[in-house]
Amino acid sequence: MRPVNSALTRRRFLLGTGALAAGAALPGMLLANASGAAPGAWAPRANSARLVVVILRGALDGLSAVPPYADPSYAGLRGELAIAAPGAADGALALDGAFGLHPSLAFLHDRFAAGELIVFHAVSSPYRDRSHFDGQNVLENGLTKPIGSADGWLNRAIAALPRDSSLADRAVAVSQNVPLILRGDSPVISKSPQITADMDEDLLARLQDLYSTDEWFSARLSQAMQTEKLADGAADAALPAMMGAPAGSDRVSALARMAAVLMRGEGGPQIAVFEATGWDTHANQGAAKGVLAQRLGGLDKALRTLSDELGPIWSRTAVLVVTEFGRTAAMNGTRGTDHGTGSCALLAGGAVRGGRVISDWPGLSRSALLDGRDLKPTLDLRSVFKAVLGEHLHIDAKSLDARVFPDSSGARPLQGLVRA
Amino acid sequence: MRRQAAAGIDGADAPTVAKAVDAVREVYQPHYRAQVLARAQSAATTDRAFAERLVYFWSNHFAVSADKGAVFGLAGTLENEAVRPHVNGRFIDMLTAVEQHPAMIAFLDNQYSVGTDSEAARRATRAGERRFAAKPPRQFGINENLAREILELHTLGVNGGYTQADVTSFAQIITGWSIGGGRGRLAGGEPGHFYFREDLHEPGAKLFLGKRYEQSGLRQGEAVLADLGRHPSTAHFIATKLARHFVADDPPPPVVARLAKAFLQSDGYLPHVYAALIDSPEAWAAQPQKFKSPQDFVFSSLRSLNVSPQRPEEVLRSFELLGQRQYTPGSPAGWPDNAKSWDGSDALMHRVLWASQLAAKFAAGTDPVALASSSLGSYVRPETRTALRRAASSTQALALLLMSPEFQRR
Repeated sequence: MRPVNSALTRRRFLLGTGALAAGAALPGMLLANASGAAPGAWAPRANSARLVVVILRGALDGLSAVPPYADPSYAGLRGELAIAAPGAADGALALDGAFGLHPSLAFLHDRFAAGELIVFHAVSSPYRDRSHFDGQNVLENGLTKPIGSADGWLNRAIAALPRDSSLADRAVAVSQNVPLILRGDSPVISKSPQITADMDEDLLARLQDLYSTDEWFSARLSQAMQTEKLADGAADAALPAMMGAPAGSDRVSALARMAAVLMRGEGGPQIAVFEATGWDTHANQGAAKGVLAQRLGGLDKALRTLSDELGPIWSRTAVLVVTEFGRTAAMNGTRGTDHGTGSCALLAGGAVRGGRVISDWPGLSRSALLDGRDLKPTLDLRSVFKAVLGEHLHIDAKSLDARVFPDSSGARPLQGLVRA
Repeated sequence: MRRQAAAGIDGADAPTVAKAVDAVREVYQPHYRAQVLARAQSAATTDRAFAERLVYFWSNHFAVSADKGAVFGLAGTLENEAVRPHVNGRFIDMLTAVEQHPAMIAFLDNQYSVGTDSEAARRATRAGERRFAAKPPRQFGINENLAREILELHTLGVNGGYTQADVTSFAQIITGWSIGGGRGRLAGGEPGHFYFREDLHEPGAKLFLGKRYEQSGLRQGEAVLADLGRHPSTAHFIATKLARHFVADDPPPPVVARLAKAFLQSDGYLPHVYAALIDSPEAWAAQPQKFKSPQDFVFSSLRSLNVSPQRPEEVLRSFELLGQRQYTPGSPAGWPDNAKSWDGSDALMHRVLWASQLAAKFAAGTDPVALASSSLGSYVRPETRTALRRAASSTQALALLLMSPEFQRR
């Protein structure tokens, strides 16, 4: 690795500035050695770490969220969708001289400056086709193919949490129902921000009785009643049922708020998942302003809300923001982008050793693109997931390889993502 | 021209866009509400319940989402105009009617898809060269959204044997499939109806799934749809989805095979496929296999109580509360059709709340024990009967019936 003239070369930003100084420029050096001196090998006490996973459904355009403005092909490919370099009107928020953040992501930019955000670029799950639904399945089932598991990797991770964790069975889906990533044998609660107060206690007691011969219903009702207690002090976090309103940015913030209220409660869940939709920007997605900018602004606001509501717990929290795949590198015929492959991912939170962009940047020249159209992924998202589960939740390497992410030996965990 | 085609919101700042979207929603709100009410009334009162359930199945198979501004007022019209007329007809006819319905075109952006070699693109290039010699004209191009979802979700299924090249080719084939109306150069066709815009269409023969399509214009896409509608992958995909909906979340392979065979042998004549379903012993399992979706739950509750909603608010609030706002699956894959997608603990609590509210409103004058027999027949469990008899009030008994495991399954 040596400096070259281009502002952005393939491996220039592999490790971010800090690690770069150490000269560790090859991807292999970023990865744990294969034998896996797992962070959890010495079995630390059940930790108070919190993990939030935010799923962006619909395929986030990573080239808008984290514009690689210094790539010589970027502006040409993107046309009017290109985000300008920092300093220009409506320009990106500067990260490291090559990548920026979309101007709607002000809170995240502050976190980057505070060393609490890692930006990953040119990432994807092992999925290489372009169906949202299969792509989301692979993102959530932790396998290499869309079918073959009715379980989600985060549920399997809960089962692999260190045995002395008092919180091992406590994850919440902040929604009425449980998304695939959290489905499985480990019990998971769900709680949407809608009001369910004023339930008739006598009716619930009789229902419990009626369900006593049907375990499926019985388990769910018990979980629901326990969760209601947990959220009890949080009536102000609940949303009135909205009438026909579109899934607006405030809705995502309401989810973030409910996640925080539950997690900060006594005995509250260690893990929370919520999702935001509306990223499938095939037409008129806009650049610094427009539809996508509004969505990103909503996400930024939700993460700010999460941080504010978690209060001191934020320092022990990691928030993983992921999407099923990216979008075409070039603008399509309708001022939008079609389904692609590589995108970006974010890891934010007080527990994160941030202020870095981690990317083995493949470039956007025609020959560098996957199938001549998509950002080529150079980092498997499972390498990020495994690192977070290992370093942050202290799940041992063997469980990660054998149970949580089968067939993932090729995706070795990154190292040093979380503060020791 | 481009500017108009893009619905006039290009380049506008976010507040302007939001304001325009609000204004559009206001115009369409009464239509959406009327459609939602009419559907619930039909579900509550029809004496052709199986056909009605099939309508909802197909409407979900060919899902559009009212969450998208352009679709808000149109979502219910696709069900009524493209699904209902063909529910007892040929799949190919339903498929063609759906893909040419303005709600589907708008939902998957096809009105914006332009052939790079189309007349419109060439005209724009010439004009661009004349007027903006220094600045290259904006690129015209295809949008592959509709083409991909037709293959993946409406016909072959994701593993049905097509490639990215087929998606691209199919997208070119259906360039020009658009909606009538518009101003200036865009004027043409009947506003709000399907309209083929010849000048946006990519001309020439095209290769798709290894076959060469020589037809010109609109006929080319229709020929592809006709082939897709009788493809073995389509037969298998439709058979799997029907079996999942009517039999079990994990559809028994013999049922799928039987339905696929009926589909292929009848060239997609749907009554023959339904007959194969009804003839399947697996469809008559002694234990109900399916956990009702919120929609199943609401509609079957209304039917059991023999009540029909009178105001749209009643229906809208119900589905908002239960997490299945009508015509808003959000994604073109439609609402999920398995228990795991609906069985969250929080979702169950919402059902209890809704059942209590419905019971409070309609319990007067009902006999919940008798209602249990009339709506569930031999499926009522003894412990449920006992619980209903011991309930503190008829309101509580009715809520217990609606929330009983046997009522929650089908």
